Amino acid sequence: LFFPRRTCCRAPPGAAPAMNCRAEVLEVSVEGRQVEEAMLAVLHTVLLHRSTGKFHYKKEGTYSIGTVGTQDVDCDFIDFAYVRVSSEELDRALRKAVGEFKDALRSSGSDGMGQISLEFYQKKKSRWPFSDECIPWELWTIKVNVVNLANEQERQICREKVGEKLCEKIINIVEVMNRHEYLPKMPTQSEVDNVFDTSLKDVQPYLYKISYQITDSLGTSVTTTMRRLIKDTLAL
Amino acid sequence: AMDTDLSSQDRKDLDKFIKFFALKTVQVIVQARLGEKICTRSSSSPTGSDWFNLAIKDIPEVTHEAKKALAGQLPAVGRSMCVEISLKTSEGDSMELEIWCLEMNEKCDKEIKVSYTVYNRLSLLLKSLLAITRVTPAYRLSRKQGHEYVILYRIYFGEVQLSGLGEGFQTVRVGTVGTPVGTITLSCAYRINLAFMSTRQFERTPPIMGIIIDHFVDRPYPSSSPMHPCNYRAGEDNGAVYPSVEDSQEVCTTSFSTSPPSQCVFTVTKTHFQTPPPVVTDTLKVPLMGLAFSHQLSSSRLSYQPAALGVGSADMGYPVLFAGGLNAAHPHQLIGPGKEGGVPPIPSQPAHGTQADQERMCTPLDGVHYSAATPSSSEDTETVSNSSEGKCGSPHDLLETIFIRKVGAFVNKPINQVTMANLDIPFAMFAPKNVELEDNDPMVNPPDSPETESPLQGSLHSEGSSGSSTGNTHDDFVMIDFKPAFSKDDILPMDLGTFYREFQNPPQLSSLSIDIGAQSMAEDLDSLPEKLAVHEKNVKEFDAFVETLQ
Repeated sequence: LFFPRRTCCRAPPGAAPAMNCRAEVLEVSVEGRQVEEAMLAVLHTVLLHRSTGKFHYKKEGTYSIGTVGTQDVDCDFIDFAYVRVSSEELDRALRKAVGEFKDALRSSGSDGMGQISLEFYQKKKSRWPFSDECIPWELWTIKVNVVNLANEQERQICREKVGEKLCEKIINIVEVMNRHEYLPKMPTQSEVDNVFDTSLKDVQPYLYKISYQITDSLGTSVTTTMRRLIKDTLAL
Repeated sequence: AMDTDLSSQDRKDLDKFIKFFALKTVQVIVQARLGEKICTRSSSSPTGSDWFNLAIKDIPEVTHEAKKALAGQLPAVGRSMCVEISLKTSEGDSMELEIWCLEMNEKCDKEIKVSYTVYNRLSLLLKSLLAITRVTPAYRLSRKQGHEYVILYRIYFGEVQLSGLGEGFQTVRVGTVGTPVGTITLSCAYRINLAFMSTRQFERTPPIMGIIIDHFVDRPYPSSSPMHPCNYRAGEDNGAVYPSVEDSQEVCTTSFSTSPPSQCVFTVTKTHFQTPPPVVTDTLKVPLMGLAFSHQLSSSRLSYQPAALGVGSADMGYPVLFAGGLNAAHPHQLIGPGKEGGVPPIPSQPAHGTQADQERMCTPLDGVHYSAATPSSSEDTETVSNSSEGKCGSPHDLLETIFIRKVGAFVNKPINQVTMANLDIPFAMFAPKNVELEDNDPMVNPPDSPETESPLQGSLHSEGSSGSSTGNTHDDFVMIDFKPAFSKDDILPMDLGTFYREFQNPPQLSSLSIDIGAQSMAEDLDSLPEKLAVHEKNVKEFDAFVETLQ
C-alpha cells in the first residue's frame, strides 16, 4: 500500500510536546493591527534559522545544498524591521496561518488573548496500518495579548514599544538557536521527507506545523484547537 | 591549537571557513548599515559561489578593507576582528555606535566535525547575524541617514576597543561556534545613550558634504566568492570527507561594472603631460605620457551631497570631469541614498580597483571608467603608491586613455606640471596648460569649511587600524582640475565635488522636451511639401551633382 508523503500524521497523544522536545515561549502585547506583523516577524526569524537550501542528492549519498537568499521586511504598524528567507511560498504559508489566527482572535471577543505555535517535527514511518508518527523536536509558542488603544498618541508610543519588544524577542530567539541543541541528523535521500519539507521550490525548512489557540477570559482554551497542517492546506 | 589532533585537510578547511566567515560577517554588518533594504534571491541549485549556503553579496571595497585589516591572519585569541560603526553628523561630530567583534577563545571542541558541523553552525551564525543587525539601535539610525548624518564603518584587527561607546553600553551575543582550534564568538557592543540622536530631533540642515556610498544602484555585482560547490556526504557515519576546494585568494579585484551613461570618465596619471588637457565636449582619445591608469569602479559609487553654497542655477549644465586623486577611496561611509532624497551618484573608485588595474594600465582603456574625486587623508595613499608601482614603462611611453567628458570650452585654469602630449582635439588651445598637483587640488585636500568636512578626514583608518598607509606619493598622481567655463575660483570657493554634484543634473534641454519637440516636428512636417517642391524643381541639378560623384 502506498501512503502519500503528505499524509497527515497523527500527533503524539496529548497536546504537550514530547519529552525531548524543547519548548520556548514568547509573549507580546500588541494592538490589533500589529498582530500580523509581529507574528510574521517572529515566525520568519525562527524559520530563517530552521531552513536550508534545497538538497540535491547525487551518487554515493553525497548532496549539495542550494542557496538561501534573505530580504529585509519593514513593518507598517510597528517601528521594526526583520529579515526573512527569500521564498514567496514560505511567506504565503506563514501569512495564511497568521491571517487565520488574527481573524480568530478578532472574532473571539474583546479579550484578545491567544497563542500561535510553530512546531518542528520529524516523521517516523510506521508500518501499515498505522500512519506515520510525528515527533516534535522544537516548539515555539507566541502568546499574544491584544490591547485596545484610545488615541493616536498611545498608538504612536505602542509602535515604538512593540518595536523594542520585538527586538528583544529576536535576541531571545537567536540565543536559543545558538545553543546548538538537538537537530535532526542530516537525512539520506530516502529519509529527507521525514525531516525536511521538500515541497517548496527554493528553500527547505525543517518539517513544521503551525497551530493556534484562542483563550477566553478564564484562561482556558475554548475554541477547539485547530490544528492545521500547512502543507495540507497548500497541497492541491 | 592542537594541530596534531586535526587532520591537515581539516585544518586547512577550518582556516578557510574561518577566513570566509570573517569576510561574510563584515559584509553582513556593513550592508546592514547602508541604509537600504537588502534582498537576495534563493537559488535551489547550488551556484557554487555562495559561502555557507547563504546569498550574501560581496561588496568589493568591503572585502578589500576586511582583507587589509586581517592582513592574512585569522581571528585568534587576543586577535579579534572588529567592525566599528559610527555616525557622523553634518557638523562634523562623530560618535561610535557599535563595535561588532569576531573573537576566538581557547575553548576547543575536539570532537566536532569541521567540514560538516562547523560549517553548518557558521551558516546558522551568519543567519543570526542577519537577524541581530536589524535589532540594534544603529539599524534604524542607518535607515534614516542621508542629510543630517552618515554612518561610517571601520575594520580593525587586534584588541577590541570599547571605550568609544560611552558609559553603560550594552552587549548582545550573536552566537558561538566551537571548533577544534577554539570557539568563535560573535557579539556586538552598542551604545545606548542615543536618546539625543533620535532622528526626530535633527533639524533640517543643509545636506552635508560627505561621501555617500550607493552600493546597490543599478550595478551588477562582480562574481563574488569563487567557491566551488560544497558537496557533502550525507549519512550516518558522518565521516564527511570534504572535497578539496580551491582557495582562490583574490576575490574582490575582479570585474568592474560599467557606469551610468551620464557619468564622466576619468583618468589619472603621472605628471608628464606635455600639452594641455582637452576641453572638449565629447569623447576623445587623449594620448598621455607617462603612467596612466584608470580606476574602475565596481560596485560602489560615491556621491556628494554638496552643501548649499548658493551656487548659481544649474544652467551651467555640464558635469565636470574629475580627476580623482586616485587615492584609495576608502569608502567607509555607508550610506545609501537617504530617505530624504536622492543623491545623485557620482563615480568613485574603490581602492582595490587600483591594485587590480596596475597591470592594465598600459592598455587603451575602453569603456567608461570612473574615478572618484575623493578627498584623501594621508593614510589613504596606500593604493596610490601601489598603483604607481605598476609602471607600464618609461614616462615616455605614449599611453592612451579615453576621456569622456563634458567640460566647458573656456577652461583656463593653469596646470602646473602636467600637460598632455599631442592632443588632437578641438579647442585644445583653451585647455588648461598644466595640471595641478594632487596636493593643491581641492578634491584631494578639501578646503575646510563649516559644512564640508570630508568624512574621510576623520580618522577612519586611524588608531588601531592595521591598514597602515605607505606614505604620500603625490608625485605619481596628478589631479586634473577642470574648471568649468564661466566659473571662477575666487567667486566660488567650492570644490570639485560640490560643483559636480550641483551641476550634475542639468535641466533638460528645451528642444528635448516633449512640447517643443512635438511642435517643431509639426512644423517640420508642415514644411515638407514645400521643401519637396523645391527639390523637385532642382532635380536636374541634383542629378548632375550625383553624377559627378560617381
